[in-house]
Amino acid sequence: MSYPSNSLLRVDDRIRKRNAAETRFKAYGITAIVIAVLALAVLLTSVLGSGLSAFRQTYLTVNVQLPEAKLDKSGVRDPAVMRKVTTIGYASLLRDGLLDTMQDAGITTQMSKKDVAKLISKEAPATVRNHVLANPEVIGTTMTFDLLAQGRIDGFFKGRVTLESAALDGNTSPEALMLAQELKEAGLLETRLNWDFLIAPDASDQRPEAAGLGVAILGSLYMMLVVLVLALPIGVASSIYLEEFAPKNRWTDLIEVNISNLAAVPSIVYGILGLAIFINFMELNQSSPLVGGLVLTLMTLPTIIISTRASLKSVPPSIRDAALGVGASKMQAVFHHVLPLAAPGILTGTIIGLAQALGETAPLLLIGMVAFVREYPAAFSPDAGLFGEASTALPVQIYNWTQRADPGFVERASGAIITLLVFLFIMNIIAIMLRRKFERRW
Amino acid sequence: MLDHNRMDLEMHTQTKVKISAKDVQVHYGDTHAIKDVNVEIEDNAVTAFIGPSGCGKSTFLRCINRMNDTIDICRVQGDIRIDNEDIYDRRVDPVQLRAKVGMVFQKPNPFPKSIYDNVAYGPRIHGLANNKSEMDQIVERALRRGAIWDEVKDRLHAPGTGLSGGQQQRLCIARAVATEPQVLLMDEPCSALDPIATAQVEELISDLSKNYCVVIVTHSMQQAARVSQKTAFFHLGHLVEYGDTDKIFTNPEDPRTESYISGRIG
Repeated sequence: MSYPSNSLLRVDDRIRKRNAAETRFKAYGITAIVIAVLALAVLLTSVLGSGLSAFRQTYLTVNVQLPEAKLDKSGVRDPAVMRKVTTIGYASLLRDGLLDTMQDAGITTQMSKKDVAKLISKEAPATVRNHVLANPEVIGTTMTFDLLAQGRIDGFFKGRVTLESAALDGNTSPEALMLAQELKEAGLLETRLNWDFLIAPDASDQRPEAAGLGVAILGSLYMMLVVLVLALPIGVASSIYLEEFAPKNRWTDLIEVNISNLAAVPSIVYGILGLAIFINFMELNQSSPLVGGLVLTLMTLPTIIISTRASLKSVPPSIRDAALGVGASKMQAVFHHVLPLAAPGILTGTIIGLAQALGETAPLLLIGMVAFVREYPAAFSPDAGLFGEASTALPVQIYNWTQRADPGFVERASGAIITLLVFLFIMNIIAIMLRRKFERRW
Repeated sequence: MLDHNRMDLEMHTQTKVKISAKDVQVHYGDTHAIKDVNVEIEDNAVTAFIGPSGCGKSTFLRCINRMNDTIDICRVQGDIRIDNEDIYDRRVDPVQLRAKVGMVFQKPNPFPKSIYDNVAYGPRIHGLANNKSEMDQIVERALRRGAIWDEVKDRLHAPGTGLSGGQQQRLCIARAVATEPQVLLMDEPCSALDPIATAQVEELISDLSKNYCVVIVTHSMQQAARVSQKTAFFHLGHLVEYGDTDKIFTNPEDPRTESYISGRIG
């Protein structure tokens, strides 16, 4: 240290300490970000790893004879008579079809006919029956169907089921898996893209291979419509009133504090409220998207009000002065000048509120949306009214599937999580795009 | 009371008084911002309000078009008359009043819309034009009066916020005159402008005084001396002295005015 103590070329101790503190702080920040990114990466890999396979499904290609003697005893395609043949009747046709197809392909097996039939999903007879009832002209012909393979067979080709695990499994056997492998080599079995996962309704515990998200997506869509139609106008109108028109006094302060508190109320409380008001008091249908939408509206309102008020506040007061100065009424000033400038913030807040509502499970459990629903809910029906038919929702469907015993549902639940994340991602992208589009500088 | 009114009326006819204020008091919550202000402002002339910061000159200006109504805690007492009509009468709608009394603010505040829409907004909400061509005429006339027509006539649909500061302020003046007001209030219109833009705006103010009663609040005494015929000096909420600009600046009666003019206070 040949420099004198007051030289600028010599860093003194206090400065060195301060610089060290700054460096430490930066290191903390980088560590925090690395942890966050790692957590995100782990989440995505685990969800994608176990869920992407839900979008692929194993199908058997089977030639099925559809004899008139068995399927239509009337001989005149009378629907009432045709309906009398149940899925059990069709199941035996499928079994025979599979055995014939195997024989044609030169595949032999030691397994009993009954065990061979287990390769086909329990959902398949219903699929064929529906097809025949919808197209009676196919009776009497031999048709080639792509039938769902049983969940364990599907799991074998996705790596979930192994020969070792099959040996311990009552629902399948190593022999069945070997047979499936042979069928695959003969081109009679294929694992391919499965859009039915997004379209089909839920399926029972025994047939994870058939379970889909159709009803849940439709239900969530209806609820989002209800939330958008109710929460946006109510939320925006109340924020405009509170922010621009209401006198600033003890009452409006009280309301403001309460709105902020409501935004922090646990969502399950809204479920109890919805149960009490909409179902017990107003006697709306439980499990219906209407009630779900109303509950989520209550939950989303504070979010929308808070973000709308924030964006109204951020509009410079000089714009209001300018409008009032040329003789605009207060309402004209708000609607012609303030609101357009606040629109991007309002839209972003609304979409974020909607995204929150889309992912909400707890309040929906309380209003019965957790029910097992196989029928697509109609938007309007004379009995149930607008959005009144029982439905389920995406997050509830995930919750539901994670509780099922069959490991096939783990894959389904992860697939549903991916779907939900994609929807949320799309909504956020829309929010960003709208913001960019409407953002104006002043 | 009747006699009083008649006297007022006579005075109006003699000196063309446009705005008269009597015993005006303004309170902001507990603060007494304006105390006993009496002033008579002439038509077709520029009246300047000068005084140190916080003396109440802007507050008083905002009383003339009732912009203070938008502030919850503000109370105005006393009598302010335009053309001998009490503007604080219960029957007077402030919106209608503001169409008659235009205002230009300290910071240029064009709407984030096109130049054309900025000017056309006032006439549109007051229904001054029946069709597009009438509106075009109104906009052109207003922009000409605002001395900005030549600069913007080729880009009327460009955003008003894209203009320079001085141009924006002249656009705001054009916007204010587009509704055909009788009184034009200007709250430190040049404080955000550079000297060249200030000169342009001052020239414009002189022109405008041929048609309007112009009241301008300013911090610059030179500006008051340059543009105004009458000057009012405010101090701590009082109107200390009011008279011809020449007299105020050369031979003030009140010692406080003299101190302020000569730079000893304020």
